[in-house]
Order: sequence, then structure tokens, then C-alpha cells
Amino acid sequence: MTVTPLGIPRRLLEFTLDGQEARVPEGSTILDACRAAGKDIPTLCEGDTLTPKNACRVCVVEVEGARTLVPACSRRAEPGMEVRTDTERARHSRRIVLELLASSVDLSTTPKVAGWIKEYEAKPDRFGPDAARLNEEPRVDNDLYVRDYDKCILCYKCVDACGDQWQNTFAISVAGRGFDARIAVEHDAPLTDSACVYCGNCVEVCPTGALSFKSEFDMRAAGTWDESAQTETTTVCAYCGVGCNLTLHVQDNEIVKVTSPHDNPVTHGNLCIKGRFGYQHVQNRG
Amino acid sequence: MDLHFGDSKPTDDERAAVDALLGPPESSWEGADRSDADLRWARGGRAARDRRDLLLPGLHAINDRVGWISDGALDYLCRRLTVPPAEAYGVATFYAMFSVKPRPATVLHVCTDLACAAAGASELCAGIESRLGPGSGVHVERSPCLGLCERAPAALAIRAGDPVRTAVSAPATVRDAVLAASAPDSAPEEPPAAMAVPQAGDPALTLLGRVGVVDPASLDDYRAHGGYTALRRAFDLGPAGVIREVTDSGLVGRGGAAFPTGRKWQATASQPDHPHYLVCNADESEPGTFKDRVLMEGDPYALVEAMTIAAYATGAHRGYLYLRGEYPRAIRRVQYAIDQARARGLLGDDVLGQGYVFDIEIRRGAGAYICGEETALFNSIEGYRGEPRSKPPFPVEKGLFGKPTVENNVETLVNVLPILTMGAPAYAAIGTGRSTGPKLFCVSGSVDRPGIYELPFGATLGEVLELAGVRPGLRAVLLGGAAGGFVRPDELGIPLTFEGTREAGTTLGSGVVMAFDGTVPLPRLLLRIAEFFRDESCGQCVPCRVGTVRQEEALRRIAERTGAAAADDIALLRDVGRAMRDASICGLGQTAWNAVESAIDRLGAYE
Repeated sequence: MTVTPLGIPRRLLEFTLDGQEARVPEGSTILDACRAAGKDIPTLCEGDTLTPKNACRVCVVEVEGARTLVPACSRRAEPGMEVRTDTERARHSRRIVLELLASSVDLSTTPKVAGWIKEYEAKPDRFGPDAARLNEEPRVDNDLYVRDYDKCILCYKCVDACGDQWQNTFAISVAGRGFDARIAVEHDAPLTDSACVYCGNCVEVCPTGALSFKSEFDMRAAGTWDESAQTETTTVCAYCGVGCNLTLHVQDNEIVKVTSPHDNPVTHGNLCIKGRFGYQHVQNRG
Repeated sequence: MDLHFGDSKPTDDERAAVDALLGPPESSWEGADRSDADLRWARGGRAARDRRDLLLPGLHAINDRVGWISDGALDYLCRRLTVPPAEAYGVATFYAMFSVKPRPATVLHVCTDLACAAAGASELCAGIESRLGPGSGVHVERSPCLGLCERAPAALAIRAGDPVRTAVSAPATVRDAVLAASAPDSAPEEPPAAMAVPQAGDPALTLLGRVGVVDPASLDDYRAHGGYTALRRAFDLGPAGVIREVTDSGLVGRGGAAFPTGRKWQATASQPDHPHYLVCNADESEPGTFKDRVLMEGDPYALVEAMTIAAYATGAHRGYLYLRGEYPRAIRRVQYAIDQARARGLLGDDVLGQGYVFDIEIRRGAGAYICGEETALFNSIEGYRGEPRSKPPFPVEKGLFGKPTVENNVETLVNVLPILTMGAPAYAAIGTGRSTGPKLFCVSGSVDRPGIYELPFGATLGEVLELAGVRPGLRAVLLGGAAGGFVRPDELGIPLTFEGTREAGTTLGSGVVMAFDGTVPLPRLLLRIAEFFRDESCGQCVPCRVGTVRQEEALRRIAERTGAAAADDIALLRDVGRAMRDASICGLGQTAWNAVESAIDRLGAYE
């Protein structure tokens, strides 16, 4: 049984959310409050195990008295605040953000985004056929995972997970500036020449499929990737005594990728190379 | 952290450049030769990581010496500073003045921004590029505003070496610019800073009073012209007294945001967390702005004294002056002034014999407009990519190194001197009720006498332009720079105050007044502004990173179109512009559409 630490009891604060009174524990973000109230706000760069970077701006909401819109994922609720999540102004910015992303990035493997594009009536084609795109080729330079930066929305989650928020390896960073900014290792070298330790914790948090298991990448390329035919089984890693949880994604009796539950109070979805990628022996039937 | 380094080694030059900044390496762990002592050497934890802020100076050191930053040089610097190479690579590729690819030792930056474009920069650039092609030993770089608008068109040559040499050619001809790039040492000396101040010598001047009157190198001259009386008064008043005076004077920030300075100082001074820092923002990169350069070149001790007062009032003992990398002469002069002041006991452990400890360090920018944003500037000083932080928390609470920080623009700080010498009531009597004091205006473009003008707040746009000798055929005036807005020639009655420009639906910004006649078509200017924002967006948030690209694409499509043929793209521009304004993280994205919008709505561009 997983014991969920409850933490120190927190005071509740009151504010207005879309005209309704909302009561949330002190320190909650507007997004926490929205989710508690059952409101669906689109998010991309927000991650349940990371400090919000609020870079994608798709979760913006209107706060009474603020000059600009504010990101729901990182702005903390304050007593007396008046927040509106569904105004024309907020919806406009969300729609444009979706259009800007969809017109420049390959969002084909981003969960939920197709629904949001429909909901917000975003028209990514309006920028014309010559609109600049990232135009990146997948980087296949190792046997474990693939970096397909054509699908990268620059959410910074992989950088944060690799850096001081989880792994402390600091193998990747954002390099370049503006539209030319890309995630890169030092000197933009292949991964095999970098500080990467192949923990795959970047793959765990990537929201768009820009980082994916080599197995998933190959199966998608071959057209055999079928999530509906996959089962997910959470078990315990057998490599060492820590006992991290593994979730094995199995298709046709083969492990196709490994994730880890984000709500695990010890590992928060993080693994090491052995737990993440060391499953081949299980299916070595030769 | 477990750092990983590749096999690339630094050249002797690169190693020497880094060692000149950081001292020789202490152990093979830091890149020295192996010895037995290495087994008993360790540096870890805070002591190792706390030198991260030397990353930017280190990159400068390499780039100054060699002209670009190689893998081996970057790795060596990282080893010395305990910085992960991937992060340092991210920082090095952030700045326009650095290159991580080999290039010639000499780089000639040719300004193609607004004032220079109107003065024929595109022909100049084409001429220079045809003379300095591949193999010439000079890399020609088309550059955003170099802050030399009063002498447009401008070019800045930087030749790497020991020491690095620079030469400015402005107003530049193809011949002069090529000469500056091929022989920076023998290029003619730049004209004195006072040449940028047409009113120089006028006894009525408050902020510019010493420019052209005193020798900018001489501390004695500065003191003979009223220097350091304000600091004496500050010590008499005490920190709380100084803040009271500044608050009563009604001084607001001159960098563009117009935040009340006294309130900012009070908020910082009252923070219980210590140490407090003072940061002076001299990363003047708004196209059309050059007032801070002229102040620093013409009256550098004034800034040193003003920073000392600001630090004293807010309880800071360390001040950082973040100075634009494109201003080599200002850097030299202020550095000399700081050294002189320190030697004479006006900085250091016992300022003016009052027992107050304060010193100033100059940090040089490396070509990034975004670093003028206050929190991006903190990240830049700390050795991170110059990306804005999200607010709150605000700098007065968590600023530089996470500590309470007061950050002011050069012009704002220099205003503190007259506030203390003449007293708050007398200062507040200058200007209008809500915009007090004198204001500097950077006038350039289609005028006979471009330069910095000092006028009390409340002077109209027409008065400023008349003073500068506006030429006939005025088509538009750009107020506030690229982040500002255009106004029509029939709107010259706009009072140049914060409230006056706001009422007129435009902005004063940093005090740019750029006059345009019909020489350059308006769509070309708008396209240049859009290119500027695309180039300078840090790339952190989507509305700005992609929005500035889409804005430029749309303006390129309609460059030759009007009326119905442009209507669809104008609708698209409005949609994207509105999202950039509403949803971008910082002021860069929020203002990236201002000038274009004003040109469409006020000037009727594309009609």
C-alpha cells in the first residue's frame, strides 16, 4: 500500500473562480483550484512532478486587476482574487497559442491537443504554406531513446528533470535564442558524447512525444504502435533494494516502454537506466 | 553534480584568457597538469558552485582573446567554474556577440536598425559586404541598434586579441567602416560625447550639465563642478531621509516602465533578508536610445556617485553595473571612474570616511536586448541564460542571487543627484504635477541636430522636434523606440509626459523621438521592427517565440500591398498581436506589436 504523506495542515483561502466561491488550501495555484472545481484548462508545459515553468501560456486565465493574462499553472491563488477562466480574452490567447504551436511544431503525438484545437476553433493553416516550422529530423544516436525535436514545444520539462529538479545530471539545456532555440547537449553533440546517463526521466515528462523510447519510435515508424492494444502493469523494479515502481507497457506480449507512477512518494516517476531501459532480459526467449 | 567533459582541450591562448580572469588552476581537477597533490585536493559544494556568475565574464574573456568560443575553451571554463558544459553551451549560444563556430578575429557590426536604415544603412551594408567578403579576415554582422543614432549610419569593429581592440565608425562610409575593421588601432578617435548633446554648455541643464564641460576622466574636475555634494547630503540625511527625499521628489523610473523610484527603494530597504543588492541597468538596447551611453561617456562619475547613494539608501554594499557590450567607450570610462573613486576612498571599505562599505562591479552584456528586462538581467549576471523570470516574486523581494534587489536605469539614478542637491520640493517643481523633473530625449532621424535633449517634463513633441531642427516632409514620429508607437505629424501637440502620452494613446517609453520623412517606406520600417523582435525574443514563451515570427512573415507578405489585399494579414496581425500582448511572459513580447499596431491604426499604413 502506498502511504501518501499528508503534510502540514494548510489554511483554506477563499477567492472567486468564474463567479463561484472557491476554497483552496493556501499555496494552491489557480490551476489546482480549477481542477478541484472540475474545470478543464488546457496545459502543456505544466507537469505534476515539476515546478511550473509557465512557458507555453496555453493555461492563461484572466485575473481582475491584472494588466495581462496570468498562467493558471504557476500563479498562486490569493484571498479575494477574482479569476475568470473562460472569457473571450483568455480563450483568444489560448486559441492563438495553439495555432502558433500547431503551425510550427509536429503535434501529432501530443495527447489531447487535437481536442483543444477543435474546442478553441484554432486554425493553424491560416499562416499559409510558407509559415516557418522547426524542420528538425529525428536524432537517433543511441539504442534507448530518440530525440525528435520537430515535436518539441520547448516546455523546459526535460531540462528541469535532467537538472536541479530531479536528476542533477545537467546533460541538456536550451541552446540558441528565439525561434531557433532548441534543446541540446553541450556543443550540440550526439547524446553518446554527452553527460547523459540514460535515466529516461526526460522521456517520462515529455508532453509531446518529442522524446520517446526507441522501441516506440520504431514501432510508430513501422505503423505497429497501438496504444489501445497495450496493457499497463505496475510492478517493482528487481534491480536493487530501493524498490522503485515500474509500469510496464506491454503490447503483443512484449514490453514496449516503461514508465513510473508520478504519485509515488519516493521516486515521483523517476527511474535509473536499469529500471527504465533494462527490461530486455525479460523477453529474451531465444 | 557529476560533471562530464569531452576530450577537447583549450589552446594556449584560450587557457591564458580564462586564467587571466580566474587565476591559474589549482589542480588537475581544474585543468592544470597532474600532480600528487591532486589526491588531496577537493573543492565542492557552495564554494565551487558560487562562482557561476563568472561564466559570462569568462565567455567574454575567451571571445575577446580568440574571437569565438571553441569546445575546448568552453569545457575548460566549465571545469574552472564547476558549470555543466550543456548549460554553458546554452548560455554561450544565447548571446549575439558570441559565436561557438570559428570566425575571423575581427567582427564588424553594421547597424541596420531604424535610424541607420533611414540614413542609408542597406547601401552601406551592401558596400561593406562587397569589400569585406570571405577571406578578408573580417566577419560582417548586420546588427540591431548600436546606440549611435545621432551619428547614423553606424558601425562597430571588434578585433579579438590581447587586448581586444574596438573602433567605431559613425557616420560611416564604406571606406571608413572598412578601415575601422581592417586597422582598428589607426581608426580616427570618436568625437567627444558632448557632440551628442546639442545643448552642451547651457547652464540651465541639470542632468547633462557636466557633459562637455568637465573632463570625463578627472575626478577633481567632477568635484569642482558639484560632484559628491549629493553623497555628502545623503550621509547627512541617513538612508531613510534619502528615500523620503526621492519619494517626495516624485521621481519615476526612466527606463520605460515609470515605476515610482522611492517606493521601489523603500520596498527593498525594508526587506529583512540580506544582503541587498543594487543593480544599475545600463543595457540600453531599445532602438533609438542612446542617452545612457552619453551620460556614461560624458559624466561617468555622476553614475558612480548616484549608485553609491542608491546603495546607501537601500542598505546594499555591492552594486552591479550591467553595461551593454556594444558600448566599449562607456565601459572604459566608467571602469576608469570606478577605479579612481576607489583609489580616492569614494568606493570601498570606508566611503567618504563614513564607515559605509560599497563597491561597484561592471558586468558586460553580450548582445541581447532581452537582458534589459530586469529579471533577465539578473539571470544574465548570475551566469544563466538571459530569460525573464516570472513575477511575482518581484525583485525587491527576490532579485539578484535571490536576494532583495533594487534595479534602476542609468538616467533614473543620475536624477537622484539633483534631487539631493536642490531638495525634493525644488525638483518636484520642475515638470508637471505627475511627471516631475527633467527628462532626456533621444532625438534622431530626419532632424538637423540629432542628439540628447534635456527638457522639463511637459514640453510638447513639437517643441522637442523644433529644438532638434526637424526637416521638412515629416511623415511620422516614433516615440519610445521599437516597443513604442508611431504618431502622426499633426499630433505634435502631445505633451511629453507619462500621463500626456498615455492620454494620447501612445507611450513615452525610454524617451526616443525618432522622426521619419518619406525616404524609407513605412512598411520597410515596420518589417525592420518585426525582425528586431524576432531576433531578440529569448524563445521562452510561445506567444513571443512564434508570434514574432508570424508577425514578421505577415509584414513581409504585405510589404507591397494595400487595402483589401492586405486586410487578411492585418486581421491576422491583430489576432497574434493581441495574444502576444496578453499572454507573453515579459515586456518584450507584450510590446512587440505596439509599433506595428500604431502604424496601422494611427498612420493608416497599408491603406
